[in-house]
Amino acid sequence: MTTPRRVPTLVRHLAGAAVAAVVLFGLTYVLDPFRDYQLATAAAYLCAAAGLTVLIGLNGQLSLGHGALMAVGAYSVAMVQNQFGDHGVTAQWALVASLAAGVVAATLAGAVIGLAAARLRGPYLAGLTLVVAVALPAVTTVFSGTFHGDQGLSVYLPPVPDSLGADFPVERWQAWLALAAALLTLLVLANLVRGRLGRSMRAIRDNEVAASLAGIPVARVQVVAFVVSAACAGLGGGMFAVLAQSVSPDAFTLTLSLNLLLAVVVGGSGSLAGAVWGSLLLVLLRYWADELTGGLSLPAGLRTRLAGNLPLALFGLLLIVVMMAAPGGVQGLLSRAGRWVRGRLTGRPSHRAGLPAPDAEPPAPVASHT
Amino acid sequence: MDRFLFLTVDGLSHGAVYAAFALALVLIWRGTRIVNFAQGVLAVATSYLAYTVTGRSGSYWLGFLAALLAGLVLGAVVERLVMRRVADAPPLNAVIVALGLVLVGQGVLGMLYGNQFLPFPAPFDRSAMTVGGVPLVSRFDLFVFGTVLLLMIVLAVLFTRTATGLRMRAAAFAPPVARLLGVRVGRMLTLGWALAALVGALAGMLVIPTGLGLHPTAMDTVFVSAFTAAVVGGLDSPAGAVVGGLLVGLVLSYVAGYLGAGTTPLAVLALLVVVLLARPAGLFSGPQARRV
Amino acid sequence: MFRSLHRGVAVATIAILVAAAGACSSSGKSGSSTAPVPGVTDTEVVVGTHTPLTGPAAAGYSKISAAAKAYFDYVNANGGVNGRKITYKIMDDGYNPATTQQVVRQLVLQDKVFAILNGLGTPTHTGVLDFLNTNKVPDLFVASGSLSWNQPKKYPYTFGYNPDYTIEGKILASYLKANFAGQKVCTFGQNDDFGADGLKGVQAVLGASGVTHSETYTVTNTNVGPAIAALKQAGCQVTVSFSVPGFTALAIGTAAQLGFKTQWVVSNVGADYATLAGLLKAAAGPLLEGVISDSYLPSVDDTSNGWISLFRRLNTQYNNNAPFDGNVEYGFSVAYLFVQALKAAGKNPTRQSIVDAVEKNGYSGPGLFKLRFSKDDHSGYGGLQMGKVQGGKQTLFGPVYTTDDGSGAVTESNSSPASPPDNGIPT
Repeated sequence: MTTPRRVPTLVRHLAGAAVAAVVLFGLTYVLDPFRDYQLATAAAYLCAAAGLTVLIGLNGQLSLGHGALMAVGAYSVAMVQNQFGDHGVTAQWALVASLAAGVVAATLAGAVIGLAAARLRGPYLAGLTLVVAVALPAVTTVFSGTFHGDQGLSVYLPPVPDSLGADFPVERWQAWLALAAALLTLLVLANLVRGRLGRSMRAIRDNEVAASLAGIPVARVQVVAFVVSAACAGLGGGMFAVLAQSVSPDAFTLTLSLNLLLAVVVGGSGSLAGAVWGSLLLVLLRYWADELTGGLSLPAGLRTRLAGNLPLALFGLLLIVVMMAAPGGVQGLLSRAGRWVRGRLTGRPSHRAGLPAPDAEPPAPVASHT
Repeated sequence: MDRFLFLTVDGLSHGAVYAAFALALVLIWRGTRIVNFAQGVLAVATSYLAYTVTGRSGSYWLGFLAALLAGLVLGAVVERLVMRRVADAPPLNAVIVALGLVLVGQGVLGMLYGNQFLPFPAPFDRSAMTVGGVPLVSRFDLFVFGTVLLLMIVLAVLFTRTATGLRMRAAAFAPPVARLLGVRVGRMLTLGWALAALVGALAGMLVIPTGLGLHPTAMDTVFVSAFTAAVVGGLDSPAGAVVGGLLVGLVLSYVAGYLGAGTTPLAVLALLVVVLLARPAGLFSGPQARRV
Repeated sequence: MFRSLHRGVAVATIAILVAAAGACSSSGKSGSSTAPVPGVTDTEVVVGTHTPLTGPAAAGYSKISAAAKAYFDYVNANGGVNGRKITYKIMDDGYNPATTQQVVRQLVLQDKVFAILNGLGTPTHTGVLDFLNTNKVPDLFVASGSLSWNQPKKYPYTFGYNPDYTIEGKILASYLKANFAGQKVCTFGQNDDFGADGLKGVQAVLGASGVTHSETYTVTNTNVGPAIAALKQAGCQVTVSFSVPGFTALAIGTAAQLGFKTQWVVSNVGADYATLAGLLKAAAGPLLEGVISDSYLPSVDDTSNGWISLFRRLNTQYNNNAPFDGNVEYGFSVAYLFVQALKAAGKNPTRQSIVDAVEKNGYSGPGLFKLRFSKDDHSGYGGLQMGKVQGGKQTLFGPVYTTDDGSGAVTESNSSPASPPDNGIPT
């Protein structure tokens, strides 16, 4: 019996990325500049969220400090770009060099944290990364000569290339940059996940002792996984710096790390598509909550009370509802729906009905209730 | 020397509050294996209630009592209505739900009370009494120490000497076995959450007078310090939570005093790294068993 | 069974298209018009702002935009400006610069506002300077005393409002030099440009050696005990504080607890008596008595001042009778100035015409000293008067001092401030 010829994974992924690129870049022409900016923001979040979902969902390491790694990437990009600006380098490729610098810096930071955290599990890792998230922005105040403390740094950016035309909106260019970064991240991660590293990560997540008995170098894989996700976060942070044209510690608080976690879990932990949903929702949910409350007509006193607070409460409520209704996140919901539809179409129940999807997290060993 | 003494007492006073809060986190961890990110917002909510009760009645202690009772009720309600629904899901879902609760709580409190800092005075004088010419400890500090000590004694007695405590420990340690032996595991979990919220409410009442005032985000930094304290001490160990809390309080105080307020988060990070490198499961962790 | 990138992105793009289609259909709402000038129609002018409405920074600052909106409601009830009603879109950024980027772009790109008014915060607003100036959006009266807003060559559309912190430091220091000569002067400041520029100003007048000891605080750490203890140890007889109200109250309260007796001199940013008294409650009376501060607007306790009575009246009618403190007064003052500028921009205002109108200046308002706007100066107010808390009220005394950001001397001015128009609307 011969196995059917399969297209190699890399080629398949590249083809998919190319198709996606064409569609998305076309989309930026359809959307107005503000939507392009939102798309760009979602793409920047996606870089970091994709790395984080691989770390949390496929490797079982909970990190609450990826916002700090984004900050490392962002500040590196800012400082390198400002050096370029000071020396009059206005070429576009300089930006690529800065982003690479950001990725390298975040990778180094990730390596340091990953090594320190290699022996930590569960809430202890979460605690360490939480404190990293809070402490790293404080570096900007301690070394305020270089980092300018709370004031932050502005980022020199080359203008939109002339070849695109004089009327090309900046926001579309920013969307292009961010989407390119996001697609690159997804491509790299998709390949990693399907390869040996991905298998080792999942093995460790499912049963660490068995994995180690099978010859997988557990500590090394843990560190590599952390470093890979840190590199992605660095790229995402670098894109943040490009989109905002400035960096400051207030933009990289603990809330950012928690928002990334939110994006990962609400989208569907462990799946790259889930990271896409999560990043989109992160940008859109707050926007929708704001729009909803803005549209209500209220007396003046009540309006001041509700302003800001009502969207916050709505956002929180949405999170709770989504988590209760769709424990596998949006992607989990879509997978189930997809299987149900396929089952109906093919007229027989799906093989996986009742079995958890292989990439989902193993059920948690918590106390169950009477 | 004066400075050192002052910083030590200041650190221990804040540390006692972190210890109490860390105890609440450990309580919930031992019972449910989740870190309760909503602990801070529950404490703030009960403090707001105390503010209203004190404002209406004129008595601080009535508000204090109301906060503690509200803590019990709120903790039980949150467990029954919200956390129970996500108990069978992956543990991260419970974290997200808790974060959602934080946002809902802060939003609702902001809507009810506004986003200004409300004055929240301490029940006792906060000026330091001089001992041998050195301003040392204030009456309020003594109150904090006393209350936290009393709390720990009460919790210790509850867990080790009463039947309810035994049932709670059984429910946390081995739920299926406990259920077979007739323990109502669900009820014990609710009780655990109620107690944890009570402890959190107490911590809130003790720490908010020392800050900028009552505000929906008033407990955010306390949560981070207390979580660090619990991790330093070991999430399974109540004694660890207390030691961890005092340690974190002291470190924060010394670093702020000798190096400046901006460097305190880095010092806490250093403390955490040092402890976790040596003992990956906290200071008071026992030997780790693994199922093979 | 495809778990590859391919399917995920395909589904994602479909979803984006759906969302975009839905979003595109909902865009083009309030304020956007077919008129050539963004934000201006025959009946309406739309302006926007970003300010913290939630989060710890919201304390106090959230009242500013509400008061400004109340003033606009009053003007609208009296026919608006040249027949146009002013719509004020207030967006919450939670003092997070990343959120500021989003909301400002939403205001400019989607809601198509005419101008950004009174954007609040130094780190938050610094991030949007490039965007606003590239898009030629008037960025009027930024709510911060940073020097960044006064760069007419680099950011021609940006104008400040608050006096620069360096100016304030110099004025406070020169008052101390004259009245507290020979005493040990220390500073307690926020660890960003607010505290740093203030300290620089103080040192410019007193000399680097004139400041015995300096302490800083960070807004994320409310334990100021160690810093205050250090000041006590240094024996400070006068402490100049560049702090926001919450931390001013904290510092004064902590000093009292530690038995640290000093003459507090507080920047106008953190000296509002009503806010401080509200935070210190019962202890406010004795603790705040004698505290020196400065101000560029009349004291809220000055019942004889025409502006205060006007604003108090409008506050009762249009601002839900909110407690009248320095933030509310500030909101009314900024809104008044904007209406003046809008009127001066002509019957058919454009973005360029309002920028020209602001640069032309000549506005008289509640400020104790005139505004400095010109083609070369976008800074805002530059004069301050000293104030002292006596008997639970903040009273201003003495001449109005003025100086520059550089090495110029501090001079006195005795110009008497203007009175408000009868109906409270600029002519």
